Formats: sequence, structure tokens, C-alpha cells
Amino acid sequence: MLQIAAFYILAAVALISAIMVVSAKNPVHSVMFLITIFVTTSGLFVLAGAEYLAMLLIVVYVGAVAVLFLFVVMMLDIDFVELKQGFMRYAPFGALVALVLFAMFVLVASAVVEAKVDPHVLASPTPALDVANNTQAIGRILYTDYILFFQLAGMVLFVAMIGAIVLTLRHKPYVKRQNVGKQVARTRKTGVENTKPKIGEGVSL
Amino acid sequence: MKALIDALGPLWGSLAGIGLSLVYMVVVLLTVAFILWFDRKVWAAVQMRKGPNMVGPVGILQSFADFIKFVLKEIVVPSGANKTIFVIAPIITVVTSFLTWAVLPVAPGWVLSDMNVGILYILAVSSLGVYGIIMGGWASNSKYPFLGALRSAAQMVSYEVSIGFVIVCVLLVVGSLNLTDIVNHQKAGIWDWNAFAFIGALMHGGSPAKMGMAFVVGLILFAMSVVFFISALAETNRPPFDLPEAESELVAGYQVEYSATLYLLFMMGEYVNIVFMCAMISILFLGGWNLPWGEVTNPFLGFLVLYVKIWAMFFMFAMVKAIVPRYRYDQLMRIGWKIFLPTTLVCVAIVGAYVAFFGGNA
Repeated sequence: MLQIAAFYILAAVALISAIMVVSAKNPVHSVMFLITIFVTTSGLFVLAGAEYLAMLLIVVYVGAVAVLFLFVVMMLDIDFVELKQGFMRYAPFGALVALVLFAMFVLVASAVVEAKVDPHVLASPTPALDVANNTQAIGRILYTDYILFFQLAGMVLFVAMIGAIVLTLRHKPYVKRQNVGKQVARTRKTGVENTKPKIGEGVSL
Repeated sequence: MKALIDALGPLWGSLAGIGLSLVYMVVVLLTVAFILWFDRKVWAAVQMRKGPNMVGPVGILQSFADFIKFVLKEIVVPSGANKTIFVIAPIITVVTSFLTWAVLPVAPGWVLSDMNVGILYILAVSSLGVYGIIMGGWASNSKYPFLGALRSAAQMVSYEVSIGFVIVCVLLVVGSLNLTDIVNHQKAGIWDWNAFAFIGALMHGGSPAKMGMAFVVGLILFAMSVVFFISALAETNRPPFDLPEAESELVAGYQVEYSATLYLLFMMGEYVNIVFMCAMISILFLGGWNLPWGEVTNPFLGFLVLYVKIWAMFFMFAMVKAIVPRYRYDQLMRIGWKIFLPTTLVCVAIVGAYVAFFGGNA
């Protein structure tokens, strides 16, 4: 009873926020609604018994990715009127993407339902709950059967990160940089010099 | 506690759960009230001042007087501000800071939700806390709060990374994501507490290779406890890392435009987080509710022990605030990304290798 109520509330909030993401006028509000979707979806994951995925969704998407989204959107100076004009032009393309995604969901869901008839069809069958809990089960699959894909995904992200750094790294000659080692190594001997210049002569450094 | 809730059936069990949550909140709030007073007293003592001494004996009721003052003042919302988000922001801060307490075991058997993924839940919820600050800074529609919010968000996101890796080290050694398991792993006495496990490794003996590795891992855990302490200071915006507020440059950072109850909510959320971090250090590294000479099974005694540990940790937080001068922002980022992150990463690798090849304790 309580779970069903929770499901309907979470699902309704998620759907409404999803509509608000595309229809909100202010892009910052859009990102806020996106965050609401992430949080409610992780609530749905908890209801489905996938508590590990739920926590990971929040840690990764809400804690890191959405913060960066928000950063970028807040800093940009966006012309809202111009942004709204392209809406109808891109609507058919958006509908197409939505259709493809929906077809994919249906295919995957039907495949899972069929596989349930015969668990041997699956490459790595789901272990029973008393053998391994959620976290262990995911860990076993990720680090055994799918280790290559897992590592490959990590490498792709790593390459993307290095690419971003290479694109933005510029050494400007006029920027003064701090050399901490040099500063710490400074002593009274190397830092201070006593001179007695004669009047009107000055000191050459 | 779970047995009690299950015994009452779904309806009364849920009500009992809500009641227990309220008790938790009241205890945490009272602790925060006295810890605020304690913070100011320690700070004053270091600077040879008296500190708050007017309300109640030795000023102990000062926080309650402040509370009434905050609540009775007028809430001023800047004219250009985004009103909804302006009001929601401090509420998010305070709600997320309370949410984390749900999985924190405060005594043997005393925990609201004994989740299998307790640690991940804490990481998840505490990463939500950033939003209160970003939203507050942005919605104020003013330059100083916005700059403060950007600083603060960057700071909190950076230090979450090193906190995460420190926690992974502890998890690998203990072999569980459950906080009660982590405390039970340290029940044998002070030499088995994670912070001092390197001495315990020498005392337990075993083959020289295994003993040596256990000693190294113990030393790593000790270093990790120091890293966690410093990261906790940065994560909760405590001095010397209080750059989001940075009175000298940013007036008060993201809170400039906030007044009365909304400001109170921000400050309360911050202090609830600080107390939570003290509790986390006690549980992860200092044996939780266990006494230095052995296990505690009585929940009342256990709660008392953990409570004393929390206050002791907070005393260190307060002393750091009083003694250490504020960091510059680039120095803060340098410590986080160039020193803590590589160090903790290498430590995770070493501890992982120890668990894989020597079996560890898992």
C-alpha cells in the first residue's frame, strides 16, 4: 500500500518534471527539474529493490554531472527569445529520437521477459538474493563477464578528459605562477641582502 | 530498532518510525545548539576572551536566545531575486543535512535504517547539499553571493572526491558497506580502531609477510584518517577553508542576501553537517561506540561513548578554527586535487592489493 502510493507519487513527479524540463522558460529552472527527475528516478530504483543503482545515480548524476550543468547554464548569458524560436523546427527530429528510444525500451523489456522463461539464455544469470546482494551481484558481473567493456568505457572517459584538458590548457607567459617548492626553500640567506649604498647611488638588483 | 518497528505492524510501525526520526532530530538539534555555544567558547578561550556569558550559567543558553532572535526578525527577499528558489535553497541545505542521520548507527542496534548501502547513501545525500548553496547564491541575483556559490560548489565537489576514496579504503579493509559492520570490525579495543590499526597489526602477530603488510595498511589508514579530517573541514566549509563565506573578500559569500529564519536554516544545516562529520570520523576511524578497552553492548552506554567522541572531535574542529589562518582559494584547490587525490588513489590501490593477495579481513 505504502509502496504503491510512493510509486505513483514519484512517477507523477518525474513525469511532470520531465515535461517542465523542455517547457520551462528559464534554462536554470530546466536543470533544476532535470535534477528532480534524477532524484525521483532513484526513488523508483529503491522501490524496485535496486538500491545500489539508486545511490549511484544520485552520486554520479546529481552530485557531479548536474552540478557542472548548472555551473555552465548559470554562467552563460542566454537569449531566451532566440532559444524559443528553434523549438518547432527541431520538434520532428526530437519526436523521432523519442520514438527510437521508446522502441529500444520495448525491445529490451520484451527480451528480458523472454529470458525469464529460460535463465540459461542469459550470459550471466541473476544470482538469488540470499547468495549475493545487489551490490555484490553488480560487482561480480561488471568485474568478470564484462570487465573488457567496463575498462573500455573507463578508457573512453579518460581520453575525453585528457582531450578537454589539452584543448583548454594554455601557458600564458605573462601569468605569474607560484612555485611552492621554491618558496619553501627560501631562507634568510637567499631572501635578504643587506647593502649600504652611498647617498644618491641606489642599489642594483 | 527494526525488530520493534516490525513487531508493531505496518501502520503503527510507520508511526513509530516517524516518532523515532523526530527524537533523532531533536537530539541532533539540541546537540547543535550546545555545540555552537561550545564552538564560540573555545574560540574565545584561545583568544583570551570570555565569549558568550550572559544567557544562562556561563552563557550556555546563548544559542536559544540567538534562535529566538533569528525567528522573530523579518525575512528580506531582494527585489530581483528568484523568490521560489531563494526560499527553497536553505530548506534543501537543512533537509539534506538531516537526511544523512537516517543511516548513522548511534549505539549498538540503534539505527533508523540499517541499509546495506549506508555509506553510498551518505555520499549521495551529502552531494545533494551543494545544491542549497548554488541555488541560494544564484537566486540572490547579486554578484557576491554568486561568486561565493561558485567557489563553494567547486570546493565541495573537489573534496567529496578525496572523502570518497578515504571511505573506499576503510570499506576495503572492513569488507562491508554497512556502518554497523564497520563499527563491529573495531570492537576489540583501541589498537583495533581503524586509526590505530598499525599497532594492532604488530600485536596480532602472524607470518612476517602478512604482519608487515597489515602494518603498512594500518599506517595508510592512519594517514587516511588525517586526510578525512582535513577534507571534512573543507567539505563543511569550516575555517581554515571557509572560503565560501570569506568575510574579507566576499562579505559572507552565498549568504549575503539571507536574513532571519532563512539564514538560520543555512547556519543550522552547516552545523548539523559538522556534527555529522564528527560522528563519521568517530565511526570510521575511532571505533564508534566501543570503549578503548573493549566492546560495548549496552546501547545506552554505547550512545554515551559515541557522544563523547563526537564532542572530542568537535573540540578539534573548534581548535583548528581558532588556530589556523585561512587558506587562499588556489591553495585549497591545490591540496584537494594535487595532493589528496593522488595520495588517496595510491592508498586505495595498496589497500586493494592487500585485500586481494592477503585476504585482508574481508
